[in-house]
Amino acid sequence: MAETTAKGPAAPAGSLVGRRDWRFTVLNWFRELTLVPVIVLLMIAGTIINPIFFTSSNLINVAQGGAALGMVVVAESLILLTGKFDISLQGTYGLAPLLGAWLIAPKASEGLGLEFSPWIGILIVLGVGLVVGTFNGFLVIKANFNAFIFTLAMSILLTGLQLGWLGGKTVYHLPEVFIYIGAETWFGVPVAVWLTVATFVIAALFLRYHRVGRAMYAIGGNLEAARAAGIRVDQIRIGVFMVASVLAAVGGLMQAGYVTVVTAGQGSNLIFEVFAAAVIGGISLEGGRGRMIGALTGVILLSLVTNILTISSISSTWIDAVDGAIILIALGVARLIGTERA
Amino acid sequence: MQGNSPGGPADRRLPGDRSVEVGTEPVGEADNVSKTFGETRALIDVSLSVLSGQCHGLVGRNGAGKSTLVTLLTGLARPDRGVIRLGGQPAPNLADRSAWLARVACVYQKSMVVPPLTVAENVFLNRPTNGERSAIVSWSRMRKQAHEVMLEWGFDLDVDQEAGRLTVEQRQIVEIARALSIGARFLILDEPTASLEKAAVERLFERVKRLRDGGVGILYISHHLEEIYEICDQVSVLRDGELVLHGRVKDISQENLVAAMVGSAPPRRATEIEAVQKRGPFGERRLHVSNLSVHSRSGSVDDVSLEVRAGECLGLVGLEGSGSSTVADAVVGLVKPAAGTIAVNGKSVPPGKVNAVLHLGVGYVPQDRHARGFAPQLGVGENLTLTVLDRIARNVLGVVSFQERDRIAQEQAKKLQIVARSLDQPVSSLSGGNQQKVVVGRALAPDPSVLVVVNPTVGVDVASKEALLDAVGQARDAGMAVLCVSDDFEDLRICTRLVVMVRGRIAAEFDRPPWDRQRLIAAVEGLEHAGVDQR
Repeated sequence: MAETTAKGPAAPAGSLVGRRDWRFTVLNWFRELTLVPVIVLLMIAGTIINPIFFTSSNLINVAQGGAALGMVVVAESLILLTGKFDISLQGTYGLAPLLGAWLIAPKASEGLGLEFSPWIGILIVLGVGLVVGTFNGFLVIKANFNAFIFTLAMSILLTGLQLGWLGGKTVYHLPEVFIYIGAETWFGVPVAVWLTVATFVIAALFLRYHRVGRAMYAIGGNLEAARAAGIRVDQIRIGVFMVASVLAAVGGLMQAGYVTVVTAGQGSNLIFEVFAAAVIGGISLEGGRGRMIGALTGVILLSLVTNILTISSISSTWIDAVDGAIILIALGVARLIGTERA
Repeated sequence: MQGNSPGGPADRRLPGDRSVEVGTEPVGEADNVSKTFGETRALIDVSLSVLSGQCHGLVGRNGAGKSTLVTLLTGLARPDRGVIRLGGQPAPNLADRSAWLARVACVYQKSMVVPPLTVAENVFLNRPTNGERSAIVSWSRMRKQAHEVMLEWGFDLDVDQEAGRLTVEQRQIVEIARALSIGARFLILDEPTASLEKAAVERLFERVKRLRDGGVGILYISHHLEEIYEICDQVSVLRDGELVLHGRVKDISQENLVAAMVGSAPPRRATEIEAVQKRGPFGERRLHVSNLSVHSRSGSVDDVSLEVRAGECLGLVGLEGSGSSTVADAVVGLVKPAAGTIAVNGKSVPPGKVNAVLHLGVGYVPQDRHARGFAPQLGVGENLTLTVLDRIARNVLGVVSFQERDRIAQEQAKKLQIVARSLDQPVSSLSGGNQQKVVVGRALAPDPSVLVVVNPTVGVDVASKEALLDAVGQARDAGMAVLCVSDDFEDLRICTRLVVMVRGRIAAEFDRPPWDRQRLIAAVEGLEHAGVDQR
């Protein structure tokens, strides 16, 4: 009887079924770690450009600088995996810590003068994230607004509020509790770095080993198939928007703690780096494809670039142009080595 | 691999306890169900019962109510009146998706696999691996169980593969395995052969028989009546929302079946390859392909030469991967040939430039209408005239004349009997048959001298098929040179000559209809090498 044996091109004889095919696994890891050689090259280049680069204090600087970015990259990656995106994460990143700081700082340091407890301030930061995320999620998913234009408008609104409230001034003299995650260190490594690494690990494990995590891939890969399989696609997608905005708010809090002030410009243009890091790291803009480990390498790469440009002798007015050029080159490299990214 | 030879099913049955299991219990029933959408009465008092161990055919033209019945049977909608029963029990609540999925599954034409995920993950989509309460995914258990399902039903698929790399046939297997592993014993196959090549269809039939013998009840929806006769035990016919015929396949003649589908209109017989008894002399040579070689993943071509004259329709027949559709791709400039030349009206075709080729006077009906056929959001009229924009905007500014556009669109719509509310109706909201008519109309609009059609009637109902083939036939009679690439023998009735391709080469040539079906099948399957020209 002619069964299905040895007919389909991908069903080789001597059935591989059931035995893990290590080629797939290796290929997958290779795809995820595409950027590692680029990172190594960058580190060598950095050391050559300025010996300061390869010192522990500078590398910790890099990590600290990347921590806040990494938080938002996790957030955006989660949304990208489910096939949507959120531009307003940068608005949340700026507005949430600002509102918290504003309510707890005394009038003398540009606060409102209510001088709430810093703990309440932190709750407010998280609350802003939750509210913005819920709002975005419901309107993009349930009311079916186009994610691009809706979250773009939202982003402009949030950044505008930030500027309107502060009028270009800066909130300073923030209480220690409020700036703890941005300013403190554990075992010589900034708390922010610990937190971000932990977030990456938790997100990675969740995506791989939790039902909802797998459901997110299914949603991004084929929405209708996911719906037909009984996955609660709308709830999960809205939930992802909410979690992502909260993560962005935490990222903003890290940044505020790091510089110990909140400025009116915090978060502006951040979203481009976020998208660049995620996409270079292999998170597909189409949804359903990519892993946290890849996104992490994307964050590391961009942080290194920023740092090397800062300690190099390139004039500060040219940094943006060089930054953009390097991102383009990285995309090209990723495209060449990896497969469907960019 | 067996051909389509009739009389096969009985002796091809796998050894099994079929005689014990047959028709014992209903796995899916519709009891006097009715459903109305706005003004349209989609289903009127339809009763149908699919028994375990049985393959039940469901046929009907587009719009007859088949899809509506499927949505009711799969719990995507509730009947206005009547009852749905699954496994003898009243159907679960509509909101309880997992209860539905455990009882019934439908494999749609549109693939429901998730491309970036592995086969195992697709089989276990949204299901716990570690018991109902645990949300943790155990990859090893998932792979093992997916593998077991594959083994149990004799599917040969590597469960670690990425689903995006699978063929259409393999994706179907994934969906069937998914349903079976949940425990569903009622399977609906909606046009499962629509995009399968012949050998894959045979393998699908084997699988269907194996499922049936394993006690699964199957509702088999198809436009191809031969398939119904080949694998179904029972058949039900829907027309305009009503069940007009029901019975054992054995007891119903094909004429009666077709008559039930189309109503009063006299049907054409669908099983024989009748073709125009048209013999030269044909006009001048319009299309000339010489020594064409193409490297392509979807079927390479190796040293193929052929020519098509005015008023002639050359049928290029071959299985998927035989290179037949690659020849068409090369002619219209979608792929660059490695060697050889293609000439249209004596002018050689610039390789790989679709735009230039179409300007030489080639009309093209692509294989996949959704991917290349039309702009779904645009209206019927605009789609029909996309190929003649230069003609309807014939002034210095390039402003489109709507009057002229509507005139040309009307003409095509009439010729092809396109059913649409207006010329402004978006093509995406038309039925499959009407969409395909728009694609063909678009190709015919500029009145090309050469028409290249690839599987022109895939997935359309019987009446649309007739209209489509008639339109192409008329174009041929008007002097167009037609290259018809198809693996559907019913398409071949408009052909005046056939060329069969096997593994990239021309394997046989058939002049002068009528053609012997068995010999043609044998040639297509690559069984007969002495088949060049039957004189």
